[in-house]
Amino acid sequence: MKHYLTGAVSGFAILASTAAFAEPQAEVLHYWTSGGEAKSVAVLQKEFADKGGVWTDMPVAGGGGDAAGTALRARVLSGNAPTAAQIKGPAIQEWYEEGVLADISAVAEANHWADVLPASIAAHMQCDGTWCAAPVNVHRVDWIWANAKVLTANNIDMPTTWDEFNAAAEQLQSAGIIPLAHGGQAWQDATIFEAVALGILGPDGYRKAFTELDTETLTSDKMKAVFDQMRIMRGFVDSNFSGRDWNLSTAMVMNGEAAFQIMGDWAKGEFIAAGQVPGQDFLCASTPGDGFLYNVDSFAMFEVAGDEKQQGQSLLAELVVGEEFQEVFNLNKGSIPARIDVSLDAFDSCAVLSSQEMNTSSENGSLLPSYAHGMALRGAQAGAITDVVTAHFNSDMSSDDAVQMLANAIANSL
Amino acid sequence: MTNVSYTSSGSGKNTTKIALRWGLYIMLGLFALFYLLPLFVMVTTSFKSLDEIRTGDLISLPREVTFDAWRTAWSEACTGIQCQGVRPYFWNSVMIAIPAVLISTLIGAMNGYVVAQWRFKGANLFFALMLFGCFIPFQVVLLPMARMLGLMGLAGTIPGLIFVHVIYGLGFTTLFFRNYYVSIPDELTKAAKVDGAGFFRIFWSIFLPLSLPIIVVTIIWQFTQIWNDFLFGVSFSQAGTQPVTVALNNIVNSTTGVKAYNVDMAAAIIAALPTLFVYVIAGNYFVRGLTAGSVKG
Amino acid sequence: MIKWLETNTPKLVLAPSFVAVLIFVYGFIAWTAWVSLTRSRLLPKYEIDGLIQYDRLFASPRWDTAFNNLFLFGFLFITIAMILGLSLAILLDQNIRTEGAIRTIYLYPMALSMIVTGTAWKWILNPGLGLEATVRGWGFEDFTFDWLINPDMAIYTVVIAAIWQSSGFVMALFLAGLRSVDQEIIKAAQVDGIPTWRVYTAIIIPSMAPIFLSAFIVLSHIAIKSFDLVIALTGGGPGYATDLPATYMYTMAFSRGDIGQAASSAMIMMMVVFAIIVPYLYSELRSKDD
Repeated sequence: MKHYLTGAVSGFAILASTAAFAEPQAEVLHYWTSGGEAKSVAVLQKEFADKGGVWTDMPVAGGGGDAAGTALRARVLSGNAPTAAQIKGPAIQEWYEEGVLADISAVAEANHWADVLPASIAAHMQCDGTWCAAPVNVHRVDWIWANAKVLTANNIDMPTTWDEFNAAAEQLQSAGIIPLAHGGQAWQDATIFEAVALGILGPDGYRKAFTELDTETLTSDKMKAVFDQMRIMRGFVDSNFSGRDWNLSTAMVMNGEAAFQIMGDWAKGEFIAAGQVPGQDFLCASTPGDGFLYNVDSFAMFEVAGDEKQQGQSLLAELVVGEEFQEVFNLNKGSIPARIDVSLDAFDSCAVLSSQEMNTSSENGSLLPSYAHGMALRGAQAGAITDVVTAHFNSDMSSDDAVQMLANAIANSL
Repeated sequence: MTNVSYTSSGSGKNTTKIALRWGLYIMLGLFALFYLLPLFVMVTTSFKSLDEIRTGDLISLPREVTFDAWRTAWSEACTGIQCQGVRPYFWNSVMIAIPAVLISTLIGAMNGYVVAQWRFKGANLFFALMLFGCFIPFQVVLLPMARMLGLMGLAGTIPGLIFVHVIYGLGFTTLFFRNYYVSIPDELTKAAKVDGAGFFRIFWSIFLPLSLPIIVVTIIWQFTQIWNDFLFGVSFSQAGTQPVTVALNNIVNSTTGVKAYNVDMAAAIIAALPTLFVYVIAGNYFVRGLTAGSVKG
Repeated sequence: MIKWLETNTPKLVLAPSFVAVLIFVYGFIAWTAWVSLTRSRLLPKYEIDGLIQYDRLFASPRWDTAFNNLFLFGFLFITIAMILGLSLAILLDQNIRTEGAIRTIYLYPMALSMIVTGTAWKWILNPGLGLEATVRGWGFEDFTFDWLINPDMAIYTVVIAAIWQSSGFVMALFLAGLRSVDQEIIKAAQVDGIPTWRVYTAIIIPSMAPIFLSAFIVLSHIAIKSFDLVIALTGGGPGYATDLPATYMYTMAFSRGDIGQAASSAMIMMMVVFAIIVPYLYSELRSKDD
């Protein structure tokens, strides 16, 4: 009871005054089910319970949230929407347009979200000027991970241009080491593709191509150069890569079988789980080129009836963006806090680097949404691009054909 | 037994006969290996430690047998913030599968009885409509079904899931029973009618007692389908009503977490135990039930 | 009143199932047909907008692949599973002492869902981890089995896993068929000195025609609904080389928020089903009415 009162007082006096004694309730649909992720969500559940709330867990893993998306659609159509669901990127606005999301502006304004979130991330959380979602973390996608010993033994520095990367990879290949650990699943192909595209097109070109779908950029010579580089990268991958899970690729870097991996910072969790130390056993750096590609997980609240549930939504939104949760959660998850005012003392060097680069890129306008992880485009368009990327990577298609196919696929998806 | 072979006599053919016999057993054995290989990989992996899986050959026996993965999968693995393994979900699956199997089998038996023995104008059309229904891809029905369940007030509940499984099981159960009863001569029904027995009486005291083999076939089929269902389970459940396949999926298919393959495999085998059990125990009846006429069309 | 009840009981018994099928199968097909004519995205919408979704579908190279795969996969899967099932049934029908155990081994894959066996199959078929690596480890350095990673061959690995799952069931069907062939005819043929293989090809197999039909229906049902299999084994890859219509539809509806497109692909699938099932129903029901 005491916890609840302090929570209510510090949090949202408006709601507490209307229904002071109801228990806030939340049924939360999410797809964080593996050990580290589940621990992170458990932190949230505990805070929620400490404030007197009742948390009902509804986890559905698989396909990077596809299965959860299926469950969510069925629940919304049946008129039995969950209180909160893990949704991200433009899908938030799509759900808002269907008229099913709740407005959480009261909580956002009371807690000054606009002041503590980077502008481009805050924009994702807003629908028609109201706040409709709460950000949890920022994953950086354009990371390149490397085995420190392998690089030292071969006298290689972390590459800062794609040419350096190609040279290093060729050297490693002749030394009998797999240059690039990669798993041939469509989303992983797309992850490499967007890192290469960011490097070659530059932040402005990336924005034009993948947020504005500008045909000129999509069919430009630079885009052909992106596909050319993808073809080169294909040569640096071992022959067993098809269908390999991303974490098996990470393991290949860990045990020195492979030198590099391009993957978001959830890969760090695998290194750390294996007892490796950043800077010592493995290295992290942004992929060659400027800019920062983010993948922000967030919770959206659905229109539900009942005071308890609505209170639960406000409490959940407040806790999710709270400093304490943002720190603990992201320490577990490998990502960095979405808030810019959280102390990074407890975080490792890769996370600190990520945070610094997020701030600088936010200032110079190169903080960009990841297309491969559903942050930049709506599902149909992002999917159309991925189809072309993965078809090109897994065949001998020419870059000219790929660019043409890309333009057609996007036109066909609108 | 069909007994078409080995009728030849004469001692000179004995060696050929023995060689043939050996060849036959070797063939059957090789096929058995093919069918057992995935199960072998799953079972051995579940007894290995994660380190051994990372470093070793996948198709090999465990160097050190450990039961940790099994314990974790049953009662400790995290399927979200609850780390109770697949155990709580197992019970949900039982609560869904048993009523759904029984109801769909019973209705299928009645339908089959009518279509095969009480033919009236339109009965064949009915049967054709049912059969075509077997082929509807389940991905198609998810969204409208969600809406219907909402209207019926069954969204997210176990009765809702039972309902869905019964509806989409009816096509096959009707097919099985109809094909079985069609081979029972009309005279039986006619004679019973002359004796004054009614519709239900004939079903209960004549047809049902004859139906054990086909009931076994239908139950095995339905139980397998319903227990293994993931798509309906994930779409029409809510917290607290999710079946074991959803829990298994949560353990096996997390995208951005550390993977414990030994736990995955142990969880997979645990989730499959009821269906495996049914096949091993009832497998004998299965072939006998099929023999008894269900497949004669 | 009672008289009416008596004569109409059979119809009344069918009525609930009839209504259910009408709504939950045919109503939903009609719903899908309607939605396929709209521009539905994340959730279904009901304003008709012509055949745009079908234009998009036929312009999509991915759908081409998925549709062709259905026929390639369906043809190979059904043919091989039938031949294998029949062969195993005949082999198993030779007074095998351990028949019960062997039959259970052949049959058990049907009991497992592909969510369960997918990972194991993925490992076995992976050249670096599974069969290829193991056989090379035995000293056969040139042994190659890398279909899983070859876009042109990957669909055949899906066929292998599907056959593994279903051929035991087909074997059970045929075994049941063999057991119900009239023994007198066979004995008579043997007395006449007709060789064993001729007894099978000329007498036993032709008499099992209805079983071929049943097996065909069960297998084509599995082929058309194959979904878990592809998701668990290849995820549709490499690229989208192993996409099938069911996975295409699911991807469009649930990961891409393109429900109109999904509905149009579903309608094309239904037409394929219709083309397969109607001739079967026609022959099946006609012969019974004679």
